[in-house]
Amino acid sequence: MMNNTIEVRDLLVVRGGRDVLPGISLDVATGVTGLLGPSGCGKSTLLRSIVGVQQVRGGTVTVLGAPAGDRSLRDRIGYVTQAASVYDDLTVAENLRFFARVLGVGTGGIDSVIAAVDLDSHRHRPVGRLSGGQRSRASLAVALLGDPDVLVLDEPTVGLDPVLRRDLWALFHRLADAGTAVLVSSHVMDEADRCDRLLLMREGRVLADGTPEEIRLRSGSADIETAFLRIVEAAA
Amino acid sequence: MSPRVALAVAGRVLTQVRRDHRTLAMLVVLPTLLMVLLWWMFADAPGGAFDRIGPGLLALFPFVVMFLVTSVTTLRERSSGTLERLLAMPMGRLDFLVGYAVAFGLVAAVQSALAVGVSVGLLGLDVAGPVWLLTVVAVADAVLGSALGLFVSAFAQTEFQAVQFMPAVVVPQILLCGLFLPRELLPDVLGAVSDLLPLSYAVDAMQHLVASAATGDVWRDLAVVAGFAATGLGLGAVTLRRRTA
Repeated sequence: MMNNTIEVRDLLVVRGGRDVLPGISLDVATGVTGLLGPSGCGKSTLLRSIVGVQQVRGGTVTVLGAPAGDRSLRDRIGYVTQAASVYDDLTVAENLRFFARVLGVGTGGIDSVIAAVDLDSHRHRPVGRLSGGQRSRASLAVALLGDPDVLVLDEPTVGLDPVLRRDLWALFHRLADAGTAVLVSSHVMDEADRCDRLLLMREGRVLADGTPEEIRLRSGSADIETAFLRIVEAAA
Repeated sequence: MSPRVALAVAGRVLTQVRRDHRTLAMLVVLPTLLMVLLWWMFADAPGGAFDRIGPGLLALFPFVVMFLVTSVTTLRERSSGTLERLLAMPMGRLDFLVGYAVAFGLVAAVQSALAVGVSVGLLGLDVAGPVWLLTVVAVADAVLGSALGLFVSAFAQTEFQAVQFMPAVVVPQILLCGLFLPRELLPDVLGAVSDLLPLSYAVDAMQHLVASAATGDVWRDLAVVAGFAATGLGLGAVTLRRRTA
């Protein structure tokens, strides 16, 4: 258990009178962990709780041994929200310079994060004039600043062209190989096989937890989409 | 409180303002044009009305403009997710607020220097006290406007709502600040209310400066305005929550 980067225990989150997360527990270790489930199943709320920006009703979330949201974690977690959280009226480079100064990491790493998300040719364009996929990559670049120990990415590959998606997943694995714990959410089941480990979520609960291989074998399915359906039907 | 982060925020806000040419032009030139309009309005009227009303308006413009600009920009930070991202980073809430106050204070200094320069140099506004102090008061008014704008943006969900706080929070202060009717002629209750409103002290400071060479009253009013601005920033800090529903 000591190897877990993130430990969630009995996490209860209530929003608008509804139990979005009705007391869930899970662990995330190093490697690339995929958090898969349909829209509205509580993925974003779980990620927000891990980052420490979600009001929580009960339970505990521990990241790198400290309670989520702790001051000591603020420069160790890279976080990408679903909306591209960058300034539209600034260029890619200006956005990165600003966030690097806030993080206090110096501006030396900017070139390498821009290269990592493949935005070299767009570095001097205002983010507002980029395509949706380019904007979300600019947002991802911000999260990579300062080599965080944990990366929390909320649907970073939505709407990207397949070549770019493949490149980004390769990037996630390179980061994971270097020791970063990468937690990626997606509602696209066919991204499952790109993950080292999967957490399947539905209606605020974890349906299955294991490697893609294990989950397919356990449910006797050829792919994760079928496995998801079989698990849901078995529970009903 | 980290000066590094506050300066980063201030620098970033100024870059954004610089990038938006139309907003920049309006921020810098509009107050001056309105002073010219006011001067022209009273050009043929007897009784030095421009000297009476002009100083109050020099206090009013930076306050109103910065209130609007700040409440809309902060609301945009809240809704775009950039504020959430910043609060998940090692950024103090006060760093964020002070950064905004510094940026808009600088914009206000440019704005007011031009408006004061044109009013005194070209339009013949008679100022008994030191002219530079007019600009200092205007900057304090701008910071006050920013502070209140930051605070009220917490209570707005949309930009439409944020803009509506202008008639709700700002217009009553304009009515009661002594510009329309000297404050001592207000009914007792309204007079007491106007004693509690920050803009009254901002306008008083400008009027003292114009009327007399003694600056004691001006510094006292300025201190009150600064106190309100600091309180506004403090309240604003309370509304910036790291954890939201």
